[in-house]
Amino acid sequence: MNDTLVQEKAKQPAAEDDVVIRIEHLKKAFGDNEVLKDINLELHRGENIVVLGRSGQGKSVTIQCVAGLLEPDDGNLQVLGKEIKELPEEELKELRSKLGFLFQSGALYDSMTVRDNLLFPLTRVLKMKDEAEMEKRVQEALESVGLEEAIDKYPADLSGGMRKRVGLARTLILRPEIILYDEPTTGLDPITSREISELIVKLQEKYKTSSIIITHDMACARIVADRIVVMNDGEFIATGTYDELTKSPDELINNFFK
Amino acid sequence: MASALTSAFNKYMEMLGDQVVFTGQFARNIFRDGFEWGEFLRQCYIVGYRSIGLVAINGFIIGFVLTLQTHPTLKDFGAESYVPGMVAISIVREIGPVIIALICTGKIASSIGAELGSMKVTEQIAAMEVSSANPVQYLVVTRILACTIMVPLLTIMADALALVGGWVGVNIQEHVSAALFFRKSFHALEFSDLIPAVVKSFFFGYAIGFVGCFKGYHASRGTESVGRAANSAVVSASIWIIFIDAIAVQITNLVYY
Repeated sequence: MNDTLVQEKAKQPAAEDDVVIRIEHLKKAFGDNEVLKDINLELHRGENIVVLGRSGQGKSVTIQCVAGLLEPDDGNLQVLGKEIKELPEEELKELRSKLGFLFQSGALYDSMTVRDNLLFPLTRVLKMKDEAEMEKRVQEALESVGLEEAIDKYPADLSGGMRKRVGLARTLILRPEIILYDEPTTGLDPITSREISELIVKLQEKYKTSSIIITHDMACARIVADRIVVMNDGEFIATGTYDELTKSPDELINNFFK
Repeated sequence: MASALTSAFNKYMEMLGDQVVFTGQFARNIFRDGFEWGEFLRQCYIVGYRSIGLVAINGFIIGFVLTLQTHPTLKDFGAESYVPGMVAISIVREIGPVIIALICTGKIASSIGAELGSMKVTEQIAAMEVSSANPVQYLVVTRILACTIMVPLLTIMADALALVGGWVGVNIQEHVSAALFFRKSFHALEFSDLIPAVVKSFFFGYAIGFVGCFKGYHASRGTESVGRAANSAVVSASIWIIFIDAIAVQITNLVYY
């Protein structure tokens, strides 16, 4: 299934005029440490971009800037056609609700059951009140990640893979247009990693989302990526499909695919 | 040496600035739509109900020990009839509010600091922010208000139990009826003893909640910072309480005496 999936995904052309995230000359430093030097990227509607790079190169910082968790020092950052730094608080809030973020740890709320974790964004962000409708959406989200039976469990009772799935369900429940994944398969065994990678592709097809995926996992990159960008020392140094980059003569890029 | 001092001063001023901003966020979010009643009541239960045992035992023992310590001295002067009044005034004006606030600091501020610190480290607060939910309204407002309301109630309960402890203490040495002991106690008390003590307890409660939330919310990454957040919440809140108490005494003296 996966080889076919990879080939089909590589064939999909990206629509040039339908950019959902545009990053231009993004810079971010922490004290003297210049983490992002000059980041430029366009994410098209329905596209999955994988960002590869060694640890500490600024991959997570890039998506945290996109999500508004960090404020860039310089550069332009447009999400769904809106310049982030010019948006008033209320509009930024509305924009964020169209943006999902899957954290490395899942970031589930410890004091709540899985059901309450999923209800939290529905009641606080969408201000939903209809209990039947909310329950339906919770069931649907859990069904799409294959975890209906975990609805009344607490995060402490779940395995690492289950936590990621619930985190994904919580992200999906708001029906975001864009999802940012921060190392979705880190810390998981190869079988669970593969399941999560396949789930990302399946959900992208079902909900028509666009995604940026940060990962070190080449198996995950192969399954989910329409396009891969390689990051080194605060800059993107190469971009292409999985197959294109495997043939790269650059040793630094080649090392990832060995 | 000079540069180290400058750096420490800058760090301190930065923290003060963060506290001012945090206070502003707290104040703004109290009156925002969608007050988190459910979480607020849960916090009142955690802060108030779950502290009753600890506070009750401490309150009783404070009154009991205070009586045992003072009774012999007053008896030497033939003034043992002043024991109930002295115990009541000491407990209600000063010992009750301050000791109970310090006990609550150890129990509540550390727990809030550790809980929020752990939520920060495991990116749960970031997850709320990124989904457009309001973490300040859900986590901070509810906890600070719960502390502000529950600490004075716990103090009043502890004061009452301290008087009971005082009566038991007196009865170890000689027989005094409960009616006589409490009549003498309440006779010695005035509103000018009770009101300032309750008012300052509200400020103690606010300080406990605020410091716990601030330290937890601003924990840096890493599990070590969770312990540091809990620890510095206790240290800072204790200093705040002593500081607030010193100011409250001055204001009370100006207003009533």
